Amino acid sequence: MSHTVISYVNAFLVGGLICAIGQILIDKTKLTAARILVLFVSLGVILTALGLYQGIVDVGGAGATIPLTGFGYSLAKGAFNDVDKYGLLGALTGGIRATAAGVAAAVFFSYLAAVAFKPKAKS
Amino acid sequence: MQQVFTKDEYRKYVDKISPNSKTARNASRAYVVGGLICVIGQFFLNSFRQMGLDQDISASLTSVVMVFLGVTFTALDLYDGLGKFAGAGSIVPITGFANSIASPAIEYKSEGYVLGIGARMFIIAGPVLVYGISISIIMGIIHYLLRS
Repeated sequence: MSHTVISYVNAFLVGGLICAIGQILIDKTKLTAARILVLFVSLGVILTALGLYQGIVDVGGAGATIPLTGFGYSLAKGAFNDVDKYGLLGALTGGIRATAAGVAAAVFFSYLAAVAFKPKAKS
Repeated sequence: MQQVFTKDEYRKYVDKISPNSKTARNASRAYVVGGLICVIGQFFLNSFRQMGLDQDISASLTSVVMVFLGVTFTALDLYDGLGKFAGAGSIVPITGFANSIASPAIEYKSEGYVLGIGARMFIIAGPVLVYGISISIIMGIIHYLLRS
């Protein structure tokens, strides 16, 4: 039980920190949201490849995997796992394989939402 | 003549003369909202783990649920309001990635199903996927070379 409570506290602390860093970058550097997302995914991939992000995931749980750096983590981890299994081809297959569920869900749900909902009126 | 500020004008005035505290305020809002979104993710992750699913499957299912929530809140026109308050706290989590796809998909519906919905949904997700996937391939190749 206490293990569960700790997992929530850690998710809040780590996830909040990653988001706060993003906000400070937006305020201080005037980076747009799109650039922040690209930067965070890229950082996630690189930190994971350098072996630095796994420790953050071990502590933060969803606090490390839900932010976009976690998407980068899945891409890099997937690429490494598939290289270990299938050789060089794995560099191409691993990233998309590991992130397929999230990306496919985002595309499909968004498509359904766009078909079902009307654009809001600009006020 | 004494100048009279409305509440809104006063807030803007204070923001202007105290940029550092504005940054601190925005960062703490991003921290709290982003942290809470991750706590929701942790709840689903713990739940899937308790059902006996392995770590990778649980993480994938959690992503799917969070994406679903992000798209749903976007479709109900609730996510933009959250974004105005939380800034990066709603942009950086995967719900924000889902929002970045759903929002233009809905908004550009009037331009058609192919070049409207189909193309515009990738206006932000496209670059994210291009750089994320490309860098992961490069890292995978380096990993391969270091292994052999």
